[in-house]
Amino acid sequence: MYRYDDHDRQMQRERVAQFRDQTRRFLAGELEPAQFLPLRLQNGLYIQRLAPMFRIAVPYGCLSSKQLRKLAWITRHFDKGYAHFSTRQNVQLNWPKLPEVPDILEHLLEVEMHANQTSGNCIRNTTTDQFAGVSPYEIEDSRPWCEIIRQWSTFHPEFAHLPRKFKIAVCGTEHDQAAVQVHDIGLYIVKSAAGEIGFQVLVGGGLGRTPVIGSVIREFLPWQHLLSYLEAIVRIYNQEGRRDNKFKARIKILVKELGIDVFRDKVEAEWLHCKDGPATLTLAEFQRCKSFFPEPAYEVLTDVNAEVENLLTQDVLFSQWHERNVRAHKKPGYRIVTLCLKATGSAPGDLSAEQMEFVADLAERYGFGELRVTHEQNLVLTDVRVSDLPALHKALKNEHLATPYTGLLNDMISCPGGDYCSLANAKSIPVAESIQRRFDDFDRLKNIGEMTINISGCMNACGHHHVGNIGILGVDKKGEEFYQITLGGAANRYTALGKVLGPSFAQDEIPDVIEKIVELYLAKRLDGERFIDTVNRLGIEPFKEHVYAKAD
Amino acid sequence: MPRLIDRTGTVQPNPWELLPRDATVETALAAASEHIIVNALLWGEHKAALKQGGKQVAVWLDSDQTVDLIAADLAELPLVALNFPGFMDGRAYSTSVLLRRHCGYSGEIRAIGDVLRDQLFYMKRCGFTMFDLKDSVKLEDAQRAFSDYSGTYASTVEEPQPLFRRVQRAGA
Repeated sequence: MYRYDDHDRQMQRERVAQFRDQTRRFLAGELEPAQFLPLRLQNGLYIQRLAPMFRIAVPYGCLSSKQLRKLAWITRHFDKGYAHFSTRQNVQLNWPKLPEVPDILEHLLEVEMHANQTSGNCIRNTTTDQFAGVSPYEIEDSRPWCEIIRQWSTFHPEFAHLPRKFKIAVCGTEHDQAAVQVHDIGLYIVKSAAGEIGFQVLVGGGLGRTPVIGSVIREFLPWQHLLSYLEAIVRIYNQEGRRDNKFKARIKILVKELGIDVFRDKVEAEWLHCKDGPATLTLAEFQRCKSFFPEPAYEVLTDVNAEVENLLTQDVLFSQWHERNVRAHKKPGYRIVTLCLKATGSAPGDLSAEQMEFVADLAERYGFGELRVTHEQNLVLTDVRVSDLPALHKALKNEHLATPYTGLLNDMISCPGGDYCSLANAKSIPVAESIQRRFDDFDRLKNIGEMTINISGCMNACGHHHVGNIGILGVDKKGEEFYQITLGGAANRYTALGKVLGPSFAQDEIPDVIEKIVELYLAKRLDGERFIDTVNRLGIEPFKEHVYAKAD
Repeated sequence: MPRLIDRTGTVQPNPWELLPRDATVETALAAASEHIIVNALLWGEHKAALKQGGKQVAVWLDSDQTVDLIAADLAELPLVALNFPGFMDGRAYSTSVLLRRHCGYSGEIRAIGDVLRDQLFYMKRCGFTMFDLKDSVKLEDAQRAFSDYSGTYASTVEEPQPLFRRVQRAGA
């Protein structure tokens, strides 16, 4: 993992001191609420429905055991003993007290963490594929590039007052677990025919009120020019992005209004000014950042373990968990294990302080003390020895962290919704729970197969509803909470936006609606066809007819 | 109380009179001060008349006005003021960068409008050299703002070398 040097530590210390002073001036009435607003947002602090919400950055989803223990400690001392893992690979506290936030930041700094730019109209936490560095299907490890972008974007003086928030995602694996195409800038790491590393650059993707899939602005950007090219894009956006209407202020609207070709011309013209300037990356800097992500001390192991093979045939719970939550690793004898934070009855992505400490211990016992946060709101142990899988499963079972639902219908993405968020039109968590209760049976879920359900409590789309195979969006209908269903969304290399099924439903109707959609899929699917493929083959009409058919 | 400070936080005299966007050549030349800052549009349309009026003339850009309005004239402009209609409107940060980096402008760049304490450090990094503070800002507070950070990571106007070129940093 990346470790702070004196420069990182000094700047972060100054950041905490600055925010402490800003908080003091706000509490003393010297700073107006409107003036304090962007300052607190860029330090992660929202004012929510019931209390402030504080968002801590987990840079590109990488977390150490030590950091996770610290988070657990913080939730106990400053909050209510639990935290929420978000779709942006960050951690959110729901009950902090405003005057204590500078103290929390100080504690975070002790473990080289921060809340910089986790909100506000600036460049946010760069996200990536949770399997970076351990996936067998990797072109190149994205983490050093994410760290380079993190440093460049941190306290960037020119880009702290953009028209709107700005999100960058990087992906170096073939499958794309980072939803790259729905980011303001998406970067796919590619290699040229000569083996040179570069990026395919996408721009203008995003969810929210106007969902858009990003357009390719450059097919191949040699790595040396990464920062100057990002700078050119963000500068054009800062100057020309709309500021008259909050809902039209994201870069996707600018790209749409200009057209990608005109936007590209502007960026390339701007880039000519910055290209080969001091922002040009050096091999030394790339190698320095890369040195923080070395291959850990893997043992030479055989890939097959007799005890595991035996359990797969003898122990149903183990084999279910193994089938869904354990995946291939680039090294023989190792596996990547997902901890699915979707146990029925608990809010998706929530973890108690005790669970956090428990997981931190596991990451040390069954790995190298590192873990990942996924944009599907799960956690990942990256380096588990095959021979440790039985013991790990047993331990997870005891803490209710062995839910074998990764990638299945019940592995839902959900925003915190109206229970916490003041922007929400409707609640999300109870909807997720009602679906989970309806489908809480492994064999049934397995029969249905791979499927994503994403739930957002409002159009801001924190639950990524547009790109769920089934999307559920909370809407306000004359003061009542209703839910609109979309079908056919996907967030991978084949990113697609779901289409609206029809009129919205009341909350208690949702499990039946999902049931009907699943029913039709099971009746119509071809051999081995996943839900998304059936929807793509048939279109949404048959689903619409089936769901809205009047009962006889 | 004087409200103009330079990037060391030192209070500076301000002989310049800022004229509104709807000023005319007549009102501009009738201004009390011998130093006037006119909007870029007025400058663009009435350059010759303004220059013949016997006053020192500088130009200000509003946040929706771009550098190309004045790019050709920068050699004769001792000062360019960039307006922040609201402190969250960040266009002027890029405008300043464009003036310094692309146009090579070396005169004074002055921040005007909603110029608050907590944005001063970033403005300075982007090439602003003079700050016309909003009335509500405490002078002593503002003077401290320039040392909020000892550095930044990225290449900026004030420090073109990014941190990775500026210092030797150790790897793992």
